[in-house]
Amino acid sequence: MYGGGNSFEAMKATALTDEDPVKLAEFEARIDRGEKIEPSDWMPQLYRKQLIRMIEQHAHSEIIGALPEGTWITRAPGFKRKLALMAKVQDEVGHAQLLYSAAETLGKSREDMIADLINGKSKYSNIFNYPAFTWADSCFISWLVDAGAIVNQIANSKGSYGPYCRALERICAEESFHLKYGHHCVIHLATGTKVQREMMQAAFNRWWAPMMHFFGPSDKISVHSEILMRWKVKMSSNDECRQQFLDMYVPKIWELGLTVPDDKLRKDPETGEWEFTEPDWDEFKRVINGDGPCNKERLAVRRVAEERGAWVRQALLAPKTKYVAPLA
Amino acid sequence: MNLKSLDPRVTRLGIDELTDTQIVEKGSLDQFETYEAFIETKEGKPFEHAGPVHAPNEEMAFLFAKEQFSRRGMFCNALCVVKTENIKVSDYTDNNEDVYNLVTNKPTGVERDSFEIFHLAKRGKQHKYEGSVMAKDYEDALAQAKEDFQSDKPVFNIWVVKSEHILASDEEDRDIWDTLKEKKYRDAIDYKAGDKIKAFKEQQA
Repeated sequence: MYGGGNSFEAMKATALTDEDPVKLAEFEARIDRGEKIEPSDWMPQLYRKQLIRMIEQHAHSEIIGALPEGTWITRAPGFKRKLALMAKVQDEVGHAQLLYSAAETLGKSREDMIADLINGKSKYSNIFNYPAFTWADSCFISWLVDAGAIVNQIANSKGSYGPYCRALERICAEESFHLKYGHHCVIHLATGTKVQREMMQAAFNRWWAPMMHFFGPSDKISVHSEILMRWKVKMSSNDECRQQFLDMYVPKIWELGLTVPDDKLRKDPETGEWEFTEPDWDEFKRVINGDGPCNKERLAVRRVAEERGAWVRQALLAPKTKYVAPLA
Repeated sequence: MNLKSLDPRVTRLGIDELTDTQIVEKGSLDQFETYEAFIETKEGKPFEHAGPVHAPNEEMAFLFAKEQFSRRGMFCNALCVVKTENIKVSDYTDNNEDVYNLVTNKPTGVERDSFEIFHLAKRGKQHKYEGSVMAKDYEDALAQAKEDFQSDKPVFNIWVVKSEHILASDEEDRDIWDTLKEKKYRDAIDYKAGDKIKAFKEQQA
């Protein structure tokens, strides 16, 4: 569902001057040749830390993102929609597992990541701190939040870390179903009765601001981000992703007779860039720091699942078990 | 007071609103062991690494892997799982350097156990099944593999697995994949809506 690429918290960078210069040069040469980095290769601390953080946040976003849609399964209109939504939610949870495993190859265990999510130490995509009031909200998520995620994920799948690329290739293949399914749902409502159209439009009005927040604030060009770009950890800027999303999807929204609640939204015919009202970044910061409509509920649901499932894990535990990180 | 949600099902969970979201520290054993899953995407194609799963035992690992890597059926013909700790991993090489060139010992010719060999032909891609060898131990298997499988094409990493450590789907149980044809609803192709958009636009015009 949600592709990383933008990180939600400041990080203390390990000084590159502390790294072994010979190994660092070999590492950079490998990336320059277009070869992927594999788990047992030497890598700078900054590379490892940033990737763990990115992949972990991505995994959490899949898990938390499944919550607002998951609650719509029983209320989805009709058998076919229930079947499809169930399949989609299962995919999202499966994606989280793939991503947790990819992050584990870098040295943090899945259990530690899950604990950090519940304890509020790790972030997840901010858009899931908003509620899905109606079926149309669920359709918006399936179509456009997934569309935004795909923009990020396709960029990241060309990154330099082998296990993350492999996970993303598998994920992107499945996302194409999510996107088509979500579009199908939105088309159905948008071309339906007056009430259905109004319900869909209301969802657009509610979700547009969080959608514009989705790609994160404009990137500050720092030394740090330049290094991460050179190492192919960060593959495109937040603004590039946002522009690409608008370019691909605004025409598809308009052709359904739906509107976007931003009267400044237009494509500049000369530059080819989209212009829009600057998103409210104070609200973004407030919500991501815990003060959104659903932050508390999302984490509480996750914690309860963890607590109430503990007896199953205990019952299945083999006493001899020793932990070995996944290979690739 | 219980947490009240828009979703009646969340409300019914009976989560105490005042409870902090902190959880208690977990024991180190709360983590399942890991297995690597391999799939044969089509009959006759070599098994390739699909990804890891976490499971309490081999049978559960197989079931999780089936769910995780083959729920879109047309891409699976057979599946196997191996406990991660039972895979011996060679060194990694890069820049066209064949990892077999780092293997210097000669095969002993002692055929004590059967081993399966997986190659990484390109960094970033999946390990693929190359073939099996009879050997004395893992190191000997690598030497034997060099003799049998080294070619002009460089290999960047090798996994060696004892055949007895593999849990594979049975030829007789092939009907476990039969239901997959009925899962078109998991595919983008089942959600065509071009006609509907076209009709809508004509009606608007």
